[in-house]
Amino acid sequence: MKPDYVRPLDLRQGRIDLNHGAGGRAMTQLIEELFARALANDYLGQGDDGAVLPAPAPGERLVLATDAHVVSPLFFPGGDIGALAVHGTINDVAVMGARPLYLTASFILEEGFPLADLARIVHSMAAAAHAAGVPVVTGDTKVVEQGKGDGVFISTTGLGALPAGRKLGGALARPGDAVLVSGSLGEHGMAILAQRESLAFESAIVSDSAALHGLIDALLAAVPGVRVLRDPTRGGLATTLNEIARQSGVGMQLDEAAIPVSAQVAAACELLGLDPLYLANEGKLVAICAPEDAEAALAALRAHPLGRAAARIGEVTADPQHFVQLRTTFGGQRLLDWLSGEPLPRIC
Amino acid sequence: MKYVDEFRDGTLARGLAAAIRAEADPARRYAFMEFCGGHTHAISRYGVTDLLPPNVRMIHGPGCPVCVLPIGRIDLAIRLAFERGVTVLTYGDCLRVPASDGLSMLKAKARGADIRMVYSAADALALAQREPGREVVFFAIGFETTTPPTALVLQQARALGLANFSVLCNHVLTPSAIQTILESPEVRQFGTVPLDGFIGPAHVSTIIGSRPYEFFAEEYRKPVVIAGFEPLDVMQAIRMLIRQVNEGRAEVENEFTRAVNRDGNLKAQALVSEVFELRRSFEWRGLGQVPYSALRIRAPFAAWDAEVKFGLDYRSVPDHKACECGAILRGVKRPSDCRLFATVCTPENPMGSCMVSSEGACAAHYNYGRFRDHAPDNGRSTPPATIRLAS
Repeated sequence: MKPDYVRPLDLRQGRIDLNHGAGGRAMTQLIEELFARALANDYLGQGDDGAVLPAPAPGERLVLATDAHVVSPLFFPGGDIGALAVHGTINDVAVMGARPLYLTASFILEEGFPLADLARIVHSMAAAAHAAGVPVVTGDTKVVEQGKGDGVFISTTGLGALPAGRKLGGALARPGDAVLVSGSLGEHGMAILAQRESLAFESAIVSDSAALHGLIDALLAAVPGVRVLRDPTRGGLATTLNEIARQSGVGMQLDEAAIPVSAQVAAACELLGLDPLYLANEGKLVAICAPEDAEAALAALRAHPLGRAAARIGEVTADPQHFVQLRTTFGGQRLLDWLSGEPLPRIC
Repeated sequence: MKYVDEFRDGTLARGLAAAIRAEADPARRYAFMEFCGGHTHAISRYGVTDLLPPNVRMIHGPGCPVCVLPIGRIDLAIRLAFERGVTVLTYGDCLRVPASDGLSMLKAKARGADIRMVYSAADALALAQREPGREVVFFAIGFETTTPPTALVLQQARALGLANFSVLCNHVLTPSAIQTILESPEVRQFGTVPLDGFIGPAHVSTIIGSRPYEFFAEEYRKPVVIAGFEPLDVMQAIRMLIRQVNEGRAEVENEFTRAVNRDGNLKAQALVSEVFELRRSFEWRGLGQVPYSALRIRAPFAAWDAEVKFGLDYRSVPDHKACECGAILRGVKRPSDCRLFATVCTPENPMGSCMVSSEGACAAHYNYGRFRDHAPDNGRSTPPATIRLAS
């Protein structure tokens, strides 16, 4: 009798077809030969419908966060949708003050998507998860007909453990608190925009996509009383601070001159009529702490490779309107409002 | 970035602000209109108002091409996309301008119209070349600055014999709008809008030069200072205007000498006049029909004129009844005078066009200045709390 013989996946020339999502042999093959092999760990290796995980230590609580990734283009300077799906969810768990433990991943693949691109994405995801020490322990794959997807959509869910007694949240900012950021803003948003619109800049702007749990560990070790942590992703710093101001029922007063923005991002924004404070970041942290803790928090951030350009950019104010205001480099005062819609370039 | 930073130097700004305060006569009031949306944006974005003395008022003029675009013109584009199945391409901030039936180009796109954003007229032409089976219409808007690139693509389309490309032309002219404001009853007869001078457009003037403004200075005795879009340019222009008013002069002065001369860009002007001619009249949002205030495509380019090609029939559509965009564009009212402002009319759901582009008076006030409406002294600046910053 012939042994079961299955032709291996053609990871160079092959493409996703509807069979890869049908639940049969082709799907199992895709999972075994690509996903399980690249993301290898004991939980995933079981091949069951879910992962059986150890309970957290007594007194610890669980933090759960989920994130869908629909980025276009899928590959961009400084990263791709795979690494982004890992970093984004780790960061959502980490800014809650929790230790990220496990990830799950769900893939929605479009019929016709090249297997080579998928392999590149999955390997990038695996490398990011490995570097962060947070395994992808279970997942799911679906295939949609051509034209009904955008190549690949990835949803990731992260589970983390929050140490006993730790309390962080967007509603905890108080008037007088210091507002810090971990580095220069707008790099991910501009890298994506430049790639998407095929805008040729003299020097390539690279996404800041990174997992922040190490940086957050260092910060919380130095200043356990940090009140708010958040990663300013879509909508940028401006939107994140408006969210916090509303949650906490406070206002903010920032100093534009103190907010770090790289010369490249500033120049590209100038060209397109965009504001870097509204562009997405994928490896930056906003931290709010008591004013007396600010120096120690800054020192801890700056001592970590991801926080070298950390800066104190302003303070929390008492304001019933929850306005985030900015003292401009000019000495004038203006509002730093929520992002409205997609940032659209001006005409002239 | 050094080139830009030089024009945003905070120390220089404070020095200039002190000079303005010293020169502004406390016994008189000064009202200057910045015609261009770019200046409105710079003033709001950098909080320049805080640096001016209380007797110097800036009036936001109608110089935002998105704001002056009437509903009927947007409707034309949407109808083209829905009824003729064409692909309409336009600049980003046109997409949100309110049109009839609660639509905008962005909302029409969500309902299936093929409407896309481009960064330049050349991108629109390139799409038509790339996809010959697709009927492409470039929805062209803007003042004199964006007109030459549109002229260029029309020339190229003709040279290429490109049959699937046309332009829906909405280009308008700055001097006619300024004249309309100066002739308006609010300024001339009733004096409800005091107007002591203009900050002349920056980019527009690089094309048309400073000469076209000489007429306003002489005929209407209004000083004009052409200024760049950087905040220091604007402040310097305000200082120059104050000086002219104090000295009883009404001249055209050029603060933006690094880019503007008296005659402008003759090559661009020749290109524009080869491709375009004056329209007898054109509807502006807020100003109504303005004679000889816009351009249309000349007959030799008719095959690339979407209005001719598709036999478009323009219908004027009135603005929302409670919308004060018209009065705001003419400087008669301020954004906060409008009942809709920041209530039903917001950047997420603009009722009027002034709330759309970041250059619009309402959007600029909403996004950058509305905290002033809640300030205890309502309008004048509250000095910001001192921030202690790490070195």
